[in-house]
Amino acid sequence: MQPFTTLTGVAAPLPEANVDTDKIIPARFLKTIARTGLGKNLFANIRYREDGSENPDFILNKEPYRKAEIIIAHENFGCGSSREHAPWALLDFGIRCVIAPSFGDIFFNNSQKNGILPIRLPREICDKLIEDARMGPNARLTVDLTRQVVVRPNGEEIPFEMDPLRKHLLLNGLDDIGQTLQHAPAIDSYEAKQKAAQPWLYA
Amino acid sequence: MSARKPRTLFDKIWDAHVVETLPDGTALLYIDKHLTHEVTSPQAFEGLRMAGRKVRRPDATIAVVDHNIATDASRFGTIEDPESRVQIETLERNVQEFGVPYIPITDKRQGIVHVIGPELGLSLPGMTLVCGDSHTSTHGALGALAFGIGSSEVEHVLATQTLLQKPAKNMRITVNGTLPLGCTAKDIVLAIIGKIGTAGGTGHVIEYAGEAIRALDMAGRMTVCNMSIEAGARAGMVAPDQTTFDYVKGRPFAPKGEAFERALAWWKTLPTDEGAVFDREVVLDAGDIAPQVTWGTSPEDVLPITGTVPNPADFADEAKRARVERMIQYMGLTPGQRLQDLKVDVVFIGSCTNSRIEDIRVAAAIVKGRKVADGVRAMVVPGSGLVKEQAEQEGLDRILKEAGFEWREAGCSMCLGMNPDKLKPGQRCASTSNRNFEGRQGPGGRTHLLSPAMAAAAALAGRLADVRDFQPQG
Repeated sequence: MQPFTTLTGVAAPLPEANVDTDKIIPARFLKTIARTGLGKNLFANIRYREDGSENPDFILNKEPYRKAEIIIAHENFGCGSSREHAPWALLDFGIRCVIAPSFGDIFFNNSQKNGILPIRLPREICDKLIEDARMGPNARLTVDLTRQVVVRPNGEEIPFEMDPLRKHLLLNGLDDIGQTLQHAPAIDSYEAKQKAAQPWLYA
Repeated sequence: MSARKPRTLFDKIWDAHVVETLPDGTALLYIDKHLTHEVTSPQAFEGLRMAGRKVRRPDATIAVVDHNIATDASRFGTIEDPESRVQIETLERNVQEFGVPYIPITDKRQGIVHVIGPELGLSLPGMTLVCGDSHTSTHGALGALAFGIGSSEVEHVLATQTLLQKPAKNMRITVNGTLPLGCTAKDIVLAIIGKIGTAGGTGHVIEYAGEAIRALDMAGRMTVCNMSIEAGARAGMVAPDQTTFDYVKGRPFAPKGEAFERALAWWKTLPTDEGAVFDREVVLDAGDIAPQVTWGTSPEDVLPITGTVPNPADFADEAKRARVERMIQYMGLTPGQRLQDLKVDVVFIGSCTNSRIEDIRVAAAIVKGRKVADGVRAMVVPGSGLVKEQAEQEGLDRILKEAGFEWREAGCSMCLGMNPDKLKPGQRCASTSNRNFEGRQGPGGRTHLLSPAMAAAAALAGRLADVRDFQPQG
């Protein structure tokens, strides 16, 4: 996983609530056995018209947002299906950070495991950042994970909360499995105890 | 934590599965059962292979195909769609390489992962159970802690049989009273989502309680728990009781004999203690629930069937007004229009929400001796090969076919638009599935979520209809 430290990039405004994972990546694109290559299908149903041409009204089809690395949205971003194809598609497109008032729980976890930083900020702050993002080529925000701040184009710094373990893993680009395997002896002894108490789980 | 502090059902299962607590409060949680399918597992197995890791507990893991398969006879030959074929072949190669038990498409036990888990006794009370699918919440109906995970977590469970988790908050939804005529478990859960919203349960595990929940059979409880994720909660649960124990006893993978008695003794300790504190409580009266149908593109946009399409002008919040306008446009509606005047093109009875034998019985009772309206494509997709077999033994397939329904093979089918069963752009569908998102059942498709009974009524009427006008005859 690519570490996440500091990112300065174009932010795309997506002032919608309940952007579900079916919208982020429709199910017909889940028939892949790879993690990569999904960026072209990101938001496919709204990004392209029925004939396959680009929908010029969709934000990611406009300059400078074609190169967006940050998305600012409204409540409950990434609700719905558990498909990790949603963060894979965002990442493949180039998105490394999503800022919203709230997220679907599974999407929130999936993002962090792929080096995407989901940031929860109150709705009124998201709306300010959406206004910043609408400034076109000047819509560059800085997200500094080390200091846990979002820096607006006017220099104002907005602090955000972050789970310390997740911060450590993201900053260092570490995956969870290696971390967990350090606890293998504890897992062994849990299993021995459980097997004695509930043998039917080991049939 | 003091042992005397009253605990919830969730607390008890959680505490029993904590392997270790890390300094920041994250728990290493042991996972008892891991169900996998073709869509969210390939990248996980590939990750194991690249790191040279094994599956820690193949005996606690099982794989099945359900999402991308056709539900007609074509599935038994060469699968036409090359991507679907590769995905299924990849799963078959992976289960062989890693020694994971597998239920192939030719096995009559094959079916939707959330139907076969309980049916085969793979899901049991008191368990932690996960699957790379958000509707894993279904298995909470047995009194298990069951939740959906992404592919990275699938890989994590395969490699370690654990997950790194922060404890969820406790939420209790109590449904008092008795359900009125024509209402079912689906109407309860749609009414709940309408009340608390699609983010109402975010960060929480929901325990469903109260007289109306206790009165539900296991299929009904599964329907309610299934849609917990549509209320934002990763898991929903119902405390195990005699209904649960009677359901579990004798299932192929359930403990037998003395082991069953030992298990039963532990399961009986699970219900929430008197005085346990919930972070959030919601109370509904079942008597206030009428047959529900969604009109918009989020499950929270739900109304009684007697309702009318909302008017955007009635919404003060600008973002909400814009959203309602967008939904009305996408769904092809007019403000003020009666929901019962909406003609349907397709009726879909199936999905992990509503494809069990009980659901099919309800639909068959309503359509018996009647005909599907002209121009409507109506289909019933049993949740598993065993459900299909049972329905055929009861003659339900004949009743449904005589009425004009298609009777198909088990799978996820038209719930999610990734197999041949899809809506065409602009088609309106009365669907017993769980999501009415834009394009969920196929690009441009328009989904109205409702119960199997309401879906049967819609098939007969050719429009959204009030099931109370279509009670079983004779």
